[in-house]
Amino acid sequence: MSDFEFLRERPDLDALRGSVEDSHSGGYVAFEGWVRDHNDGRSVLRLEYEAYERLGVKEGDRIVAEARQKFGVTAARCVHMLGELQIGDLAVWVGVSAAHRDEAFKACRYIIDEVKHRVPIWKKEHYVDGDSGWVNCERCAEGAEHQHPRKAG
Amino acid sequence: MPSIHVEYFAILREKVGKSAEDLQTGAETAGALFDELAARYGFANRASMKVAINDEFSDWNASLSDGDSVVFIPPVAGG
Repeated sequence: MSDFEFLRERPDLDALRGSVEDSHSGGYVAFEGWVRDHNDGRSVLRLEYEAYERLGVKEGDRIVAEARQKFGVTAARCVHMLGELQIGDLAVWVGVSAAHRDEAFKACRYIIDEVKHRVPIWKKEHYVDGDSGWVNCERCAEGAEHQHPRKAG
Repeated sequence: MPSIHVEYFAILREKVGKSAEDLQTGAETAGALFDELAARYGFANRASMKVAINDEFSDWNASLSDGDSVVFIPPVAGG
């Protein structure tokens, strides 16, 4: 089982939690990212995630390994959803267990922050007004037909 | 000329209208290949983009060899 995975079906959260259980751990921290109904002042209807999966899994695994090494945690994992998601759906899950809470909090924060910046995943938002756009990509193509949001949330 | 496999994701896939293509190109570096395709498909400049060669992050000055697989990576938005 890879420490970082892309999923297309909503995972069983209890099973994810179980995957970082360890008798050496005295604390568990998890982060869930959810699809929210607005971004950058616009009302969001749904979104799609797309990834360059072969490199994404490698980079995600590297991030989780870095977190383990930097903070000395016992177990860490991250899963990121792909495909079409609705408001309220789980988009990303990070779970860390460690001997003590401080390193678990820090490692969890490290993983989600680095995943957002480094893993090749793209998000297309579909807005209530019928428009859509790739987040952070408003300058990626000339003559883009649609207005795109400025930044990710 | 070397044959390069190029894959497109997200906004670039939509712009090009396909997920991948094999190109015969005289471009010697990843950057030169990007510029060639930017002119053909209307990509903006590469300042905000990254590039991967054979499924590893690379740099724009990296030279291309026959059979290489190249992916241009627009700004990411996971999480």
